[in-house]
Amino acid sequence: MTDTLSRRTLLRAGLAVGGGLLLEVSLPVAQAAGKPASPEPFAPNAFLRIDPDDTVTLVVARVEMGQGTVTMHAQLLAEELEVDPASLRVEFAPADRRYDHPDMGIQLTGGSMSTPGSWEPYRHAGATAREMLREAAARTWDVPKAECTAEQGTVVHAATGRRLRYGELVEKAARLSVPSVTLKTKDFRVVGQSVPRLDSAPKVDGSAIFGIDVRVPDALVAVVVRCPVPGGSVKSFDATEARTRPGVLHVVQIPSGIAVVAKTYWHALQASRAVSVEWDEGPLAGFSTDALLETHRRLLREGKGVRVRDSGQADATFGKAARILEAEYSAPFLAHATMEPQNATAHVTDSRCDVWAPTQGPGMAKEQVKRVLCYADEDIHIHQTWLGGGFGRRISQDYILEAVHLSKALSRPVKVVWSREDDMRHSPYRPAATHRVEGALDEAGHVLGWRHTVVSQSLFSEVGQDYVGALLAGAPGFVKSATASLAINAMGSKDITSFEGVDSLPYELPHVAVDFIRHEPGVPVMFWRSVGHSHSAFATESFVDELAHAAGEDPVDFRRQRLKYQHRHRWVLELAAEKAGWGTPTPPGVFRGVAVHQSFGTWCAAVAEVSVEGTRIRVHRVVMAVDCGRVINPNLVQAQLEGAAIFGLSAALGQRISLQEGRVQQSNFHDYPLLRMNESPRIETHIRFNEAPPTGVGEPGVPVMAPAVANAVFAATGRRLRQLPLSLG
Amino acid sequence: MLKLNINGIEREVDAPEDMPLLWALRDVLGMTGTKFGCGMAMCGACTVQVDGVPTRSCVMPVGTMVGRRITTIEGLARDGQPHPCQRAWMELSVPQCGYCQSGQLMSASALLATKPEPSDEDIDAAMSGNLCRCGTYPRIRSAIHRAAELAKQEGIDLARAIGAPEARPEPQPVSQEEEP
Repeated sequence: MTDTLSRRTLLRAGLAVGGGLLLEVSLPVAQAAGKPASPEPFAPNAFLRIDPDDTVTLVVARVEMGQGTVTMHAQLLAEELEVDPASLRVEFAPADRRYDHPDMGIQLTGGSMSTPGSWEPYRHAGATAREMLREAAARTWDVPKAECTAEQGTVVHAATGRRLRYGELVEKAARLSVPSVTLKTKDFRVVGQSVPRLDSAPKVDGSAIFGIDVRVPDALVAVVVRCPVPGGSVKSFDATEARTRPGVLHVVQIPSGIAVVAKTYWHALQASRAVSVEWDEGPLAGFSTDALLETHRRLLREGKGVRVRDSGQADATFGKAARILEAEYSAPFLAHATMEPQNATAHVTDSRCDVWAPTQGPGMAKEQVKRVLCYADEDIHIHQTWLGGGFGRRISQDYILEAVHLSKALSRPVKVVWSREDDMRHSPYRPAATHRVEGALDEAGHVLGWRHTVVSQSLFSEVGQDYVGALLAGAPGFVKSATASLAINAMGSKDITSFEGVDSLPYELPHVAVDFIRHEPGVPVMFWRSVGHSHSAFATESFVDELAHAAGEDPVDFRRQRLKYQHRHRWVLELAAEKAGWGTPTPPGVFRGVAVHQSFGTWCAAVAEVSVEGTRIRVHRVVMAVDCGRVINPNLVQAQLEGAAIFGLSAALGQRISLQEGRVQQSNFHDYPLLRMNESPRIETHIRFNEAPPTGVGEPGVPVMAPAVANAVFAATGRRLRQLPLSLG
Repeated sequence: MLKLNINGIEREVDAPEDMPLLWALRDVLGMTGTKFGCGMAMCGACTVQVDGVPTRSCVMPVGTMVGRRITTIEGLARDGQPHPCQRAWMELSVPQCGYCQSGQLMSASALLATKPEPSDEDIDAAMSGNLCRCGTYPRIRSAIHRAAELAKQEGIDLARAIGAPEARPEPQPVSQEEEP
């Protein structure tokens, strides 16, 4: 690796959003200490600071993995601060408890929770600063504050035409006490506008620095040879041959395998193939996903679940039913397949650890690194980069720990880069799940009761420990007790991430029972865009369709009638149906399917137009409708829905992680296909605007896709596809 | 030492001939705009142009690149002017995570260089080798049409809109100045 950049230059050069974004986030205090001569910046809180040269810096507490978080946060701050969001200099927050998510109690980006979590704090941050700047101006001019107006980065005294730039006021404002403020409730200026994304420029000229692009002087690159069976470990290895390969400097055993450390990725990758390892394959050695499905079926037959919803008298109703409709739906393990493979760069010295990585959980990373190194909080620095996708994968910090272990062992900076095959075969997956659903019908075919059992793996059993560890580290007492009870409850047998969306079945039915059977095969699992909803909506929205057909009713009408009091479900259902032209003729050979689902506090409906040619399912058009409360940026909402549609279709039409003899059978994009341009349908997105508190949109577009397509395939062929990915073969 | 013409500049590259161009760019030259996605020409994240033809640099031995004209995302803008594709991409807020977009832009600009007014079928054919996990395909399609429109309106010759065409010698490293 050749490097001409000095370390300082690298840190400076870093990322660029508009004015330039540093890898090394210099917090106001540190900056003031380092530059005693320059005037102090005005930093009334952790989310912004204003320099005397008028630069307004926004510190974004959530990570940018494509969902538009930078732009959204800029809008929230700019709304109250009275500046142009495009003028803000953007920094990613370092790992610091001040940037914990207010509801999660941890510095994590996920769960479509960034928008609801930042809606108040960032506007509050902007409003606080604005009021202090107004006060500073009023004192400067010796006029009442009420006569001073903030506009476009200045404070104006209209009566005398005087105007001061924010930069001119910061010194005085910094000496004021922090006031309490009232936030706008109407007449929004920036909120609600389709502000163009603020991160486009560095993403179209190659200058955005993703984790994999970080270049620390003297860093080596490592490729890790991992056990072909997840959870296995090294018995012995022989790296004699690998060590002789060009460019190789070290071969080191770390907890996850044998790392080949070389000058470049290519050198390391080539040599890694020459390492021979004898593995202890561990408990999954004989595991297969075919057998897992049989186990799920057996558990469903045995029916010993925990009841997680019981409304009416479902069991009794089934005893009296004229007919019982029964179906089994199954969903496989799925990989996240972020375009940027997992990677991290670490530099561990005797007294300090720096990590540069694309992670969704800088707070979790810090806690886990702390456990490995036993360093104090202030000696561990997690530097956030742009993320080349996240989708939940980067809530796991496995790749960061590899880099830390290696840098510690070698006493120099090391970058770990996973190959695509590593990523596909050694990542944690969306848990596989099987659903058994029964409908009790009367003689006319009308549904009286719904009984539903889900068998799946608990996500919190996998990540719970790390999550709780990070959650509780250094947290104040009341947070500790509140979150501990939440987390422990979740980690138990009622892990809502396994059955969410089923327990909240919205249809007005007299008798509903939902059971959950937890089965732990030991396959590593992780949150995956839309989590449990990604399979539960497939089961519920497919089965609703089955019930509609059993009753001889139109699928949209059937749903609408049973959503009489679920206004937001009904609104998006009706909007999608109307915009899609539900009930109007389709082109020859094209059929429609519909689905509606609420997840993460957001309501979403989709109509898919599908044709079937032989065994090939082709999606031509998708019409989506969403209700996510107050919309901060319609364009970002639409982009998330478009992306979610394609993400959901990719899973529905072709993705599956299967294991045989403990080995993941897929390895790259030829056998784990993503939708391509020529397969991508026309996507129309519609927003049902209202003034409810804003909710997130990163995930809620995904769950409706599989059932909408499966229901359209039924309309086209009369065949009910109940297994994901959908296949007519 | 291999001599390569990258973005109009003659570069000396200390790399084995069988190293893929991608890693010579990223790990040897420090040009990280070109991305690693799959390592087997399945995803297009590593797309560069070789003599104007979109090429997957992750499977292209660097030794075969001598004497060829290589254009990467860093060289897509010409004389400091963003390529019409880059402008259209920004105008329509195409990138989400942005990781695949270097490759998307190199494929799209190569398409427009040969077909200044591509049809949707042309776009399907030219762009189906570039994966996007965020699902920006609908916007990429619109942005390609928009770039074509911008070029037409402004009389830009899309066949000549890409980067510096002629090789210049490698600039001498400039010492990094500390900020005052």
